[in-house]
Amino acid sequence: MRDQTEQRMDEIMGRLLRTGVILAAAFVLAGGVVFLVRHPEPVTNYRVFQGEPEELRTVSGIFHEALALRGRGLIQLGLLILIATPIARVAFSVVAFLYQRDWTYVVVTLIVLGLLVYSLFGGGG
Amino acid sequence: MNTLEFTAVVGFGALLAGFLGALTGLGGGVVVVPLLTVAFGVDIHYAIGAALVSVIATSSGAAAAYVREGYSNVRVGMFLEIATTIGALVGTALVLHLRVSIISIIFGVVLLYSAYASLTEHEHSGGNTGPDRIATWLRMDSTYPTPNGLESYHVRGVPQGFLLMFVAGVLSGLLGIGSGAVKVLAMDKAMKLPFKVSTTTSNFMIGVTAAAGAGVYLRRGYIDPGLAMPVMLGVLAGSLIGARVLARAKVRVLRLVFSSVIAVLALEMIYNGLK
Repeated sequence: MRDQTEQRMDEIMGRLLRTGVILAAAFVLAGGVVFLVRHPEPVTNYRVFQGEPEELRTVSGIFHEALALRGRGLIQLGLLILIATPIARVAFSVVAFLYQRDWTYVVVTLIVLGLLVYSLFGGGG
Repeated sequence: MNTLEFTAVVGFGALLAGFLGALTGLGGGVVVVPLLTVAFGVDIHYAIGAALVSVIATSSGAAAAYVREGYSNVRVGMFLEIATTIGALVGTALVLHLRVSIISIIFGVVLLYSAYASLTEHEHSGGNTGPDRIATWLRMDSTYPTPNGLESYHVRGVPQGFLLMFVAGVLSGLLGIGSGAVKVLAMDKAMKLPFKVSTTTSNFMIGVTAAAGAGVYLRRGYIDPGLAMPVMLGVLAGSLIGARVLARAKVRVLRLVFSSVIAVLALEMIYNGLK
């Protein structure tokens, strides 16, 4: 059953998601402008898959590139924020269920959070 | 075509895809991949990378609105996300082992099914039977707002739902899509959730499932900033416009037209895969 706390949690969660998406879009847009201004050469060939260079594939590399204000780095940071948004939502749910002393769902959300962190930092690459 | 022109054309295509996806209820990602591969000749790995990040954007944007209205069932969503995230990781592993032609054919089939599912009316099961043992233990039963105030409902078929969600996750990680159609199938048909609850909870879950796949895609270099930028911004803008139109207009005919377009794209993908 939904109660006052649950409603409050839902509101915070909604705000969290919205902020994440807006922030991500802002970075992608800003990075896009920098990218387009500095890249007048012919379009990248997307017909053959080559994969991204190391600095655009890792969290630390992306931060480094974004801090150097490179277009691709800023876009990638925006996309990283976007990927992090649902992860932040799950992390918030862990806290919310802890607050409600709902131990079953604390475990459930921790499993989901673990899988997400593994996907971003762990194996399967 | 220079980079600026390419970005503009892809961005406009993505805008249309997002708009279409919102109107048909299929989501933007499912239209972006055939658009990029069939129309622009983009390699499918780059296409699914760009599509999956746009899926996170639209799902999170929409979920932000839904979650506050109190329709989505957070417990059901969270529990099933175990299945979808594991599925997504399996799906991303499959990408490495399946040939592009096979992925293309699977995509076409899923696309055809989604188009068909979006057209068939949801005869709502609703007939809420008694409580279910597993669902009760997991405290999934909840309430949702209706014109006559809050109405309570029971959740059923947790194991079947869990299994279908695993499949939805695999497809999401393999094809770079949200798998909304399969998620609704699991919650609507197997778990007998009220329609509005299953659609909003599905939307709520899509972002998490897509994030699991996108994390792996990013580390594998499938997400190209130059391509993902116009796709993500275009789909996001298109879906926002689509949601507005959806609230106002009668879209039965539009939906029929768009679903036909999607079916053609699906057949094209299957044909390309078989060639």
